[in-house]
Amino acid sequence: MTDTSPAPGSLVGRNLLAGVEPDPAGDAGHADAPQRMGFFTDTSVCIGCKACEVACKEWNAIPEDGLELTGMSYDNSQGLGASTWRHVAFIEQNKPLGHAQTAVDHSDVDVFALAAQGSGTPPAEAAITPTTPAPEGAPSPDGRTELRWLMSSDVCKHCTHAACLDVCPTGSLFRTEFGTVVVQEDICNGCGYCVPACPYGVIEQRPGDGRAWKCTLCYDRLGAGQEPACAKACPTDSIQFGPLEELRERAAGRVAQLHAAGVTDARLYGEDPQDGVGGDGAFFLLLDEPEVYGLPPDPVVTTRDLPSMWRHAGAAAATLLGGLAAVFAASGRLPGRRR
Amino acid sequence: MNSGDVTRQGIRGERPPRQALVGQGLDGARPDGRSADGRAGGRRRRRGRKGEQLMVPEAEFSSYYGRPVIKAPAWSARDIAGYFFLGGLAGAGSVLAAGAALTGRPRMARAMKISSLAAVSGSTGLLIHDLGRPGRFANMLRVVKPTSPMSVGSWLLAAYGPAAGAAAVLDVWGRLPRLERTATGAAALLGPAVAAYTAVLAADTAVPGWHDGYRQMPFVFTGSAAVAASGMALAAAPVRENGPARGAAVFGAAVEVAATQTMERRMGLAAETYRTGTGGRYLRAATALSVAGAAGAALLGHRSRTAAAVSGAALLAASACTRLGVFHAGIASAEDPRYTVVPQRERLERRRAREREQADGAPGQEDTGS
Repeated sequence: MTDTSPAPGSLVGRNLLAGVEPDPAGDAGHADAPQRMGFFTDTSVCIGCKACEVACKEWNAIPEDGLELTGMSYDNSQGLGASTWRHVAFIEQNKPLGHAQTAVDHSDVDVFALAAQGSGTPPAEAAITPTTPAPEGAPSPDGRTELRWLMSSDVCKHCTHAACLDVCPTGSLFRTEFGTVVVQEDICNGCGYCVPACPYGVIEQRPGDGRAWKCTLCYDRLGAGQEPACAKACPTDSIQFGPLEELRERAAGRVAQLHAAGVTDARLYGEDPQDGVGGDGAFFLLLDEPEVYGLPPDPVVTTRDLPSMWRHAGAAAATLLGGLAAVFAASGRLPGRRR
Repeated sequence: MNSGDVTRQGIRGERPPRQALVGQGLDGARPDGRSADGRAGGRRRRRGRKGEQLMVPEAEFSSYYGRPVIKAPAWSARDIAGYFFLGGLAGAGSVLAAGAALTGRPRMARAMKISSLAAVSGSTGLLIHDLGRPGRFANMLRVVKPTSPMSVGSWLLAAYGPAAGAAAVLDVWGRLPRLERTATGAAALLGPAVAAYTAVLAADTAVPGWHDGYRQMPFVFTGSAAVAASGMALAAAPVRENGPARGAAVFGAAVEVAATQTMERRMGLAAETYRTGTGGRYLRAATALSVAGAAGAALLGHRSRTAAAVSGAALLAASACTRLGVFHAGIASAEDPRYTVVPQRERLERRRAREREQADGAPGQEDTGS
């Protein structure tokens, strides 16, 4: 990727298929676009309540898509899809979370006093967090003290370089002024190309409907100055909505805080504008490798290689034309009978 | 449905998809000796009977309950593999038609023009049939979008289809010879593009079995297109005129087999899906049919009409098998998270190792990226 950094706003000489792209909304043609908005999902404070899943379903009027007990911990919605735009993953591990102990005695904690503080208690003020050090010599039945239960609310990443948008042949998928990626359902003809293009497996065709559906980052609510339904409903502020720049700063601070608290597993996922998709509009703080949560460890937008693909296809087409021409030249002209 | 029980001894009667998977910092082995990478794709997906032991990769592999990371397309094998096959048959057929017309082989030319019109009509029909909203197929021509191979392909078909149609109709009708020659020429020039672009269509996805072969896939597809078109020419043209068809069969089979082998060698982990399961079976059949068809055409095609027709049928079947094989291999590579996670994990580890090396070796020197 050569970054020749021409005049702002000019698309000439810039490769928009991959690499760092500071202003996707502007490059998509939105003059005076507002700040790029996104999600920072801090999974270290997710409690797995699934309020985000419910709020999303309710606000966006997403149809029911099967009620199933999977046995995958508390996860019965199984993954993102046409009718699941927020999905809470549950992972049970035999591993301590920072200094946390599973058998800490909390009987002296006044839960009513905590509740009186209201929802969204900042971690610094919370009496117990996953990182609260356990007292020495805490009881440990059967000698088993190691367990952690990871929960993470997954969502469309609203990539800087969105493969679904790139490959959409109808222009149904588009970049909004907020830098998010949205499907126009009155345009989509259900070709399904976006489905295998997405490196995260987010977008999907809805059975019976045929069209492709995914998170819109509540485009309708954003337009009215409201935060998305999932962020609004999240009781622990695990889902934070805001200008992407600000979220990235906040996330870096949170990782440093967790590392200082001994949660060395904490890492950001999708926040780096240098990564294979140019950074995600919705990024995460994870407590384990991304694949543990069902996320690809190093996603790359497939269209990064598209210029090379077209070149190879051109060479292959030329080979076909040239090879068959050579065959005819070698076979020669048949005598007589010309029309 | 949930048959597992949690007891003091651990989990009993648990089904393989129910494993909570562990990540880095823990050894992958569970106390019960099972590997941490649970085999699961859910009950809705059928899985090939792949040997679990064969699949153990070098990189540490974990996934979320064995579920796929990316989504396989909802495309039907008949529609999309059929679309690839017919597009190739039409595109390469138009080149054969033009060549035959120019070298005094009118019966082969007419047969190939008719075959190309039928094939491109069928191919477009299958494409529309596979849409979730077939009534909105015209939206394909709503925008021109070079980043979308499907948009490029729609416009290619919109230009190629009428050209191939005019060439066939005017040939049979016998009027407007100049327009007929122009249409034949235009179809011959657009045909190879129609045959090649479908490879980009498949490769421009996150599907490991398709994307990772993007350098060779266009050659697999154009080779396969030549195989199909030469097969049609052998079946439809008289022995006197089928010399170029025999040459095209050998050329197409050589390109296809060589490109497929190269692709499998260079693809990495996802190449497994080209050797095993449904994809592997179709591709083995494709190679056998191509080689047999091309050999039959080259050795016997000029002697007997029957031998030519049988070779032609084998070549047509070979091309269809290639497309079905590539289609199924891609689906298999999308449905197993291993093919997505392991190569990415290895790439990530290599990059981190490089960064560490650079940080150790040249302190103060900043890597400005490549």
